[in-house]
Amino acid sequence: MTQAQEQISEQISETPLQTIDLRHEFADLGIGDVLDQLDSELIGLKPVKTRIREIASLLLVERIRQKMALATTFPTLHMSFTGNPGTGKTTVALRMAGILHKLGFVRRGHVISVTRDDLVGQYIGHTAPKTKEILKKAMGGVLFIDEAYYLYRPENERDYGQEAIEILLQIMEQQREDLVVILAGYGDRMEKFFQSNPGFRSRIAHHIDFPDYSDAELLWIAELMLQQQNYRFSPEAREAFTRYIGIRKEQPLFSNARSIRNALDRIRLRQANRIMAKLDRTLTADDVMSIEAGDVLASRVFAKGAGEGR
Amino acid sequence: MRVTQGCFSFLPDLTDEQIAAQVQYCLDKGWAVNIEFTDDPHPRNTYWDMWGLPMFDLRDAAGIMKELADCRRVYGDRYIRICGFDSGHGWESVRISFIVNRPREEPGFRLDRSEAAGRNLRYATHSYAADRPEGKRYADQ
Repeated sequence: MTQAQEQISEQISETPLQTIDLRHEFADLGIGDVLDQLDSELIGLKPVKTRIREIASLLLVERIRQKMALATTFPTLHMSFTGNPGTGKTTVALRMAGILHKLGFVRRGHVISVTRDDLVGQYIGHTAPKTKEILKKAMGGVLFIDEAYYLYRPENERDYGQEAIEILLQIMEQQREDLVVILAGYGDRMEKFFQSNPGFRSRIAHHIDFPDYSDAELLWIAELMLQQQNYRFSPEAREAFTRYIGIRKEQPLFSNARSIRNALDRIRLRQANRIMAKLDRTLTADDVMSIEAGDVLASRVFAKGAGEGR
Repeated sequence: MRVTQGCFSFLPDLTDEQIAAQVQYCLDKGWAVNIEFTDDPHPRNTYWDMWGLPMFDLRDAAGIMKELADCRRVYGDRYIRICGFDSGHGWESVRISFIVNRPREEPGFRLDRSEAAGRNLRYATHSYAADRPEGKRYADQ
């Protein structure tokens, strides 16, 4: 700020909120911590993080504008997360609630996670109260609708999903201050869902696409998961797991981080089995912590990958 | 005559903001909040009609304020109250109840005396509003 500008701002300082110290405002909200945590705990997801930073900046500016009485309308915060299974949509939704809460755009910051079953009723007249009850529970927080495209089933014209969609749209529009709705689902199906429900697309301000993880990122995720559970790979096991990721990725039903977690669960099972096989010895902490190459290589994935298929 | 029952009834009518704050207090305490309405103002009329089910597991007052708005749209000419039920062990009862909506005009009560056997007198509180059939008691307002 130049001196001239400073003088001007002092002249009009009887309305106290003409100037706001941005750094102070930023630090005050603790939002930097949340974003840093997002960066450090979530691996990869570069475009998602960039987008969340953008949204956070927008909301911060919006908040300042509110303080200066410049904001006229409440920003639309409904979001849609699309991406393949296991790319972290739910995890990010939970974090999003925290960010929105810190910025003061949702009052409580809780997340109600629902799927079609929780919103759509089984008989006529059952859907509206059911949907409304969920919406009431979610007020003041975030409503996370997983696999949102299931709500709309064009093949059955008597499906009650449409009713739930209409109530959702109504509340999303009328009570924007009270509730943030996040839809999540696989990219192509969500695309179809939005095409058949144009009202939804226009009411959602932020469409975020979650990319698949690279091999290196998946290995990183695996190591992080193991570290959290107090395990670790031996160097050979790490090498074997890198190969495992390469082979597993080519196989059907690969769901990114979720597949990694399941693989690790099975590896831990095999490790426990290997330890139990030799009863007559004393174990060190190191023995029960380390995962050997054999534990990884016993996976069926390798058998299939080598074309021996069971 | 202004009906005074439940909390805050000697105060001026609560604004929506104040109601929301009270409801939030109930929710923070973990009570189930429900909305009830009636057009029979008699003080011994304890069983009011319920507007939907009690609302469990809510975190924010906005959901209840929305239901209250809906209830007012339909029964805006009647008494509406909000109750907070505490299911905690040892309480298991309504902890708070306050009127959030009342008819624009409350005609009040008269005292009926009837002579009984001997020189006994029996008293009855008779609501003027209840002279008319249910649903039409405050309808012309």
